[in-house]
Amino acid sequence: MSDQPIIVSASPHVHSERTSKSLMYDVVIALIPAFLVSLYVFGYSALIVTAAAVISCLVFEYLIQKYWLKTEVTIGDGSALITGILLAFNLPAGLPVWMVVVGSLVAIGIAKLSFGGIGYNIFNPALVGRVFLLVSFPVQMTLWPTAVENNTSLVDAVTGATTLGLIKEGVQFGETMSSLSGSIPSAQAMFLGITSGSIGEMSALALILGGVYLMVRKVISWHIPVTVLASIAVMTGIFWWIDPEHYANPLIHVLSGGAILGAFYMATDLVTSPVTKKGMVIFALGIGVITVVIRLFGSYPEGISFAILIMNAFVPLINSYFKPRRFGSRIKAKIM
Amino acid sequence: MLRTFPKGGIHPPENKLTSSKPIKRLPVPKVVYVPISQHIGIPAEIIVDRKDKVEIGQVIAKSGGFVSSNIHAPVAGTVTKLDKIVDTRGYKQQCIVIRTDQKDETNFEQVDLPLLEEFDLEPQEILQRISDFGIVGLGGATFPSHVKLNIKEGKNLDCLIINGVECEPYLTADHRLMLEKGEEILVGIRILMHALHVDRAIIGIENNKRDAIDNFKKLASNDPGIQIAALKVKYPQGGEKQLVRALLKREVPKNGLPLDVGVVVHNVGTIFAIYQAVQHNRPLMERVVTVTGKKLENPSNFWVRIGTPISDLIDAAGGIPEDTRKIVSGGPMMGRALKNTDVPVTKGTSGILVISGGEANRGAPKNCIRCGECVDVCPMGLEPHLLMNLAEKGMYEKAAQEDILTCIECGSCSYVCPSHRPLLDYIRFGKTIAKQLESNKG
Repeated sequence: MSDQPIIVSASPHVHSERTSKSLMYDVVIALIPAFLVSLYVFGYSALIVTAAAVISCLVFEYLIQKYWLKTEVTIGDGSALITGILLAFNLPAGLPVWMVVVGSLVAIGIAKLSFGGIGYNIFNPALVGRVFLLVSFPVQMTLWPTAVENNTSLVDAVTGATTLGLIKEGVQFGETMSSLSGSIPSAQAMFLGITSGSIGEMSALALILGGVYLMVRKVISWHIPVTVLASIAVMTGIFWWIDPEHYANPLIHVLSGGAILGAFYMATDLVTSPVTKKGMVIFALGIGVITVVIRLFGSYPEGISFAILIMNAFVPLINSYFKPRRFGSRIKAKIM
Repeated sequence: MLRTFPKGGIHPPENKLTSSKPIKRLPVPKVVYVPISQHIGIPAEIIVDRKDKVEIGQVIAKSGGFVSSNIHAPVAGTVTKLDKIVDTRGYKQQCIVIRTDQKDETNFEQVDLPLLEEFDLEPQEILQRISDFGIVGLGGATFPSHVKLNIKEGKNLDCLIINGVECEPYLTADHRLMLEKGEEILVGIRILMHALHVDRAIIGIENNKRDAIDNFKKLASNDPGIQIAALKVKYPQGGEKQLVRALLKREVPKNGLPLDVGVVVHNVGTIFAIYQAVQHNRPLMERVVTVTGKKLENPSNFWVRIGTPISDLIDAAGGIPEDTRKIVSGGPMMGRALKNTDVPVTKGTSGILVISGGEANRGAPKNCIRCGECVDVCPMGLEPHLLMNLAEKGMYEKAAQEDILTCIECGSCSYVCPSHRPLLDYIRFGKTIAKQLESNKG
């Protein structure tokens, strides 16, 4: 026998290969296609914003944990890395770096560490950072560089509104969907990613690709993304069916804005979403409905960030109401 | 579509290293250590004394009540000591030490008894033999079998289920027994069906044991009362409640027994022991034990006398590997880690697993990331992360309201937890206290 002592511990004595770290890095891998598309569309400015967000998230987590909280430093677990990437994905390319740094500080310092660090945060840290920036710097945060093909230089001169912004403003000023149709990118362009918007919300195709990877790897289940997108489609579809001149069709709503990014990557954040499948569906339904209400009737053109944060607050409630069915709780006295 | 239970479950690597190894008979040990509590319930009462000569199969400790079991001398020899030893569960208990009589031929006689198919006993006599010969559940729970078979008036029993699932990774004792003693097991099933007045029995076997399924299908082809059901491989399908659900779509009520839905479940090993008791008047003195581990030179299945020290088994499988860090009695999911190899094999020892090197370590626990994996895999529909939290904070009553007591301790939650949280440890702890609180209340 070896000279090392025999271990006596309670069962089980085996463990699956999967760790929190491998889950986190799967998410990072899933985000690569969308990142590549953003590099193609926005060039260096996307790289700068993403790098600034990732580095500052890691640095803030390290500094706060090491020198302020004096706890174990967890920057290696991949979670701060994801926060950084997702924060950048929700920002316009070309946002001043110092704003990105402020957003990272809010995300990591306030939304994550002040709640107790990984696992204890109630709200999605990246979204808290994003919304903080949106309400603090509304002008810069809605200055969307327009996608220019073959663009490899820093774009900040050419800016345009997002698809949803165009529609919202247009309809407010009395235009109709048919008169706007010329200025709205085609569904195909939105699907592939040649449009304007935040860094990560460009290509629906790339985002779905990563989302499918996450489902195959069983990091996320279909419940949240499918329910979010389906509820957005159904609800906008109803309005479009009633009045197609004033409401965009469901395809535009699903493909534009952060719907897909939010549905696959933000709403599915393990920590801030419900634990049961039933709960996930309720949670996702809430996100879809609130998103549509904000998009159609709110003052912001896009509302999925707010919708996710609002539903994050309901997660503890959802968890305590939508429990798994206990084995043997419904007695079937059926004897065959 | 193969049948299985619908909610939860996991699929750990099977590692059935010994599934093609025939069961070998381990030499009779020089000394056996026979604990008096090898079953759930009241310990048996010792009825021999130091220096007594005992014959093989003689009762040496008498059943201590209804939920208890007789214990028989696994060898002929002399009682040398009545001692306290640590058993496979880690508790100290009374134990009868017998030195084997090397001259007594009964110790070494042919133990492969001939197949005896005919039986003409009355149900009451059958149950009496099962009780007299110390038969307990050999699947691991070691519940005295006669108690399970004592069907109270008013219970509507219509099906006997035979548990040949063996869902624990590594273990192959039941698998080998089903292959090598299929005919005897079928006779045992018929005996039990007769004793219980049921005309339907189902043998549930997971689909990774195709040869055992085919073997039974061939042997039982002209017996319409006995069905053989192939099950999808999923842990913990060998759990009684999961097995009943998988085979009959009946759900045993919370805090209930399979009998509440008209079913009695017995393990294949128990059935074989019942066959031997009823047909050959042979008490439960030996059992099949899988001795296994990735680093073992020669992992094997053995017929082992009760009371044989585990070190004998490991030696017979090639000796203890150099970097052994953990020795488990039972399978890797529900087995007990042992402190040393001095403990004896008891009626409930289905396997000895030797774990080497880093595999013996648990990962360092991290914060819960609320991924919900534990909720997904819990076969009882519980929320392990919540129960652990409640147990950790001392909120035992709340934990009881959240059905902590229905946990079957299968360990699926701890197995999957990506943050390596000791979920089951805390749940066990919470269960213990919640149980005490409940019994204090009356």
